[in-house]
Amino acid sequence: MSEMPLTRREWLLSERPATRRQARLGRAYIGWLRFSANRLALIGLFIILAFLLIAALAGVLATHSPYIGDLAGARLLPPGPDHWLGTDDLGRDIYSRILYGSRWTLYVVVLVAIIAAPIGLAVGTVAGYAGGWIDAVLMRITDIFLAFPKLVLALAFVAALGPGIENAIIAIAITSWPPYARIARAETLTVRNSDYIKAVQLMGASPLRIVVRHIMPLCLSSLIVRVTLDMAGIILTAAGLGFLGLGAQPPLPEWGAMIASGRRFVLDQWWVAGVPGFAILIVSLGFNLLGDGLRDALDPRSGDQ
Amino acid sequence: MSAALAVQGLDVVFDRFRALKGVNLAVQPGESFGLVGESGSGKSTLLRAIAGLAPAAAGTISINGKQLGHRRDKAFYRQIQMVFQDPYGSLHPRQTVDRLLQEPLAIHGIGDGERRIAQALDEVGLGSGFRFRYPHQLSGGQRQRVAIARALILEPSILLLDEPTSALDASVQAEVLNLLEEVRNARGLTFLMVSHDLAVITHMCGRLMVMQDGEAVEQLAAADLVSRKVAQDYTRRLLTASDGFVRSL
Repeated sequence: MSEMPLTRREWLLSERPATRRQARLGRAYIGWLRFSANRLALIGLFIILAFLLIAALAGVLATHSPYIGDLAGARLLPPGPDHWLGTDDLGRDIYSRILYGSRWTLYVVVLVAIIAAPIGLAVGTVAGYAGGWIDAVLMRITDIFLAFPKLVLALAFVAALGPGIENAIIAIAITSWPPYARIARAETLTVRNSDYIKAVQLMGASPLRIVVRHIMPLCLSSLIVRVTLDMAGIILTAAGLGFLGLGAQPPLPEWGAMIASGRRFVLDQWWVAGVPGFAILIVSLGFNLLGDGLRDALDPRSGDQ
Repeated sequence: MSAALAVQGLDVVFDRFRALKGVNLAVQPGESFGLVGESGSGKSTLLRAIAGLAPAAAGTISINGKQLGHRRDKAFYRQIQMVFQDPYGSLHPRQTVDRLLQEPLAIHGIGDGERRIAQALDEVGLGSGFRFRYPHQLSGGQRQRVAIARALILEPSILLLDEPTSALDASVQAEVLNLLEEVRNARGLTFLMVSHDLAVITHMCGRLMVMQDGEAVEQLAAADLVSRKVAQDYTRRLLTASDGFVRSL
C-alpha cells in the first residue's frame, strides 16, 4: 500500500496534532460532531442562522417601508398577495416590519449578552477564587439583585432611566448578570483547589492571571450554554418592556411594541399581534434548542475530558 | 555550609487541627531526601507548606540559607518546583501540553520558548509528537512526564515530589522513577520526596525521615532502613507492615 494522504477528517481527528492550529481545530471539530449528532440542536442552529440572515438582509427582503403606511387604502388588511402578512392599523406592511424588527431583537439580545455575561463571569470567578470577605460582599450584592423579579426590576430601572430601547437594554443587562455570577462562582469553587491550579500558583502566577487564563476558560462553556438558553428570556423581557410601552418607542418596529399596538384588534385582526408573537416564539425556540445542543456539546462534565 | 532546604519548628494549623507539630528538617544540596509515614502523618502537608500552598503558623523555612517570608516571591518559584501525586488532576484539562509548558515561561518572562519546550519534552522522553496534545489524549505515565517537564522548565534547584508514582501502575512507576533519577544526576537537583512506599524511598533516597501524627519520629539513612538499624518502635512497625504486604503478595 502506498501512503495515503490524510483526508481532512483524519487530519482533524489526529491524535498527534502537529501544530497549535491543528489541535484547536481538531477540538472544535469534535465539539461540532457531538453538536451535530443532535437533530433538534441543528434545527435551532438553522433558525438562528436564518434569523441572522434576515436581520442582515432586511433591506433587500422587505417589500415595503417599515415606517410609512398607506393610511387611506391599506389599514388592517388580512394577509394576501400584496401584503404577505397583512397590514397594521396605520397601514404598514407587517412582513416588512417583522424583518426590520429582527434587527432590533438581535441588537437587544447581543448587547445584553455582551454586557451581562462578562460582568457575571468576572464577579463570579473573582468571588469564587478570592473567597473570604470579597466573596461575601460580591455574593450578597448578587443576592440582592436575585431577590427581585427580573421584569419588575427592569421596569424600575427603565422608569428611572426613561423609556427607550437603549435604556431597556441596560436595564435587562443589569438584571440578568446575577445568575451568571452564581454559575461562574460554582464552577470556580470546584476547580480552585485542584492540583492544576495549585501548579500554576507554584509557578508564581498572579491571582489575576490564574483567574483570567486558567479559571475563566473552564467556566466559559457552561456560561455560553446558560446565556444561549437565556436569550429567549431576554427577547421576552425586551418584548415585555416594549409591550408595556417602556422599551422601544413607536414607530420602531420592535416585536414587543408591535404586539402591544396590535392588542386592540386581537379578536378581529389577529395577525397584527399574532405575527410578531409568532416571530418571538420561533426565535426563542431556536435559541433554546441551540442552547440545549451546546450544553451537550460543551459541558465538560458530560464529555470524556 | 548552608543546607539547600532547612525547616525549623514548623507548625501548620488547619482550623485548630495541628497538621504539623514543630518539624525540623535539613536537606543538603544534591541530596535526595525521603519522607515516609502513614496517611495523615503530615508528610504531604510538609511539602505543601514548603511550597507555600499550606499556611505556616510558626517556624521558619529557608532555601539555600535564605529565610522565606510569608509571601513567596517570583525568584522562589524558580528555585523550587513540585510534582503532584495525581497526574490526572495536575494538568489543566483544556490546555495542550504546549500551552502548559508555555505558561511558566510566560509568567517569568523567559524567551526562547520554542527551543525550551522542545528540549523539556525531549528530556522527559516525550517527542515533539506529544506537544500539541490535550491531557485526555495522554496516558497516566505520559501525563506525569509532562508534569515533570513543567516542573523542570524553570530550571529549579530543588524538586518537591509528592508521591509522584503512586497513581501509576508498576511498570510505569519504574520508568518515571528512573527518569527522575536521570534528571537528578544530570542537573544535580535536590529532591524532597514523599512516599508511603518504603521500597521507592530506599531506592531513590539517601536519607529519610519517618513521620507520625504531624511529628518527626526519626531520621535515618536509607541503608539503615534496609538493614533494620532503626531506633524507634514506630519505624519498626512501619517496616513490619510493609513486609507483611510483601509476604501476602
